[in-house]
Amino acid sequence: MGETIEKVSIIMSKGSLEGIYPGLIMANGARAEGIEANLFFTFFGLDAIHKKRHEHIKVATVGNPGLHVATWLGGFPGMSSVMTHYMEHQMEALDIPSIPEFVEMIADTGAGMYACKLSVDMFKLTKDDFIDQVEDIITVGEFYEKAAGGEIIFT
Amino acid sequence: MPTKTVAGTTVDVNEEGFFENPDQWTEDMAPELARDDGIDALTDRHWEVINFMRKEYFEKGTGPTVRVLGKASGVSVKELYELFPKGPAKTAARIAGIPKPHGCI
Repeated sequence: MGETIEKVSIIMSKGSLEGIYPGLIMANGARAEGIEANLFFTFFGLDAIHKKRHEHIKVATVGNPGLHVATWLGGFPGMSSVMTHYMEHQMEALDIPSIPEFVEMIADTGAGMYACKLSVDMFKLTKDDFIDQVEDIITVGEFYEKAAGGEIIFT
Repeated sequence: MPTKTVAGTTVDVNEEGFFENPDQWTEDMAPELARDDGIDALTDRHWEVINFMRKEYFEKGTGPTVRVLGKASGVSVKELYELFPKGPAKTAARIAGIPKPHGCI
């Protein structure tokens, strides 16, 4: 066998459904392969671990050419909810867990979950706003210490 | 095709050590396969997962992923990773003598 990856640290910076799932799938997949994994939530990515918000993550329907919906239509009231509902239905058929369930599952795999201090301060949040699986609120320097010796993936 | 001798029997495996032919597997091979994956002793809980892997494989044609194991095997995701730290579905498939499960979740 060739080279192997021993450790990954995944930065989650987006707060949309399509911005959050890829990083979660990569983190979960890493653990399934026996690769050590850390997740670092920053900026709008914090919504994925926010107790009150992580059940309400939406697909971006404006400025998302991949959706093949006209921008004026994407901005229509309720459009984001409808598209999110549709996509969640598609994912459920493939047994892809919801974001809250997925985050909990990934924590159960032993992956580390951390929130970015600067973003937490900027949004005036505290550790109580996050799900219990979040181990700590850390600085970028502490993130690099945790990521040392592994690959860093920005999403 | 590479072969490997387990419990005195030669079996067909792929480059990653997964069985090519699950019918070549016998229960007495499991402890040796487990040791190759760093698991010194198989407990009843390990066996529950191993038996579930084989059952699913023969029913569905592919081994279960961690997601399926966590939902249907009776062993939680947390415990699965305690039993098989280097990846539950992957390691248990190798010990259970079935091909590596395909699936991203």
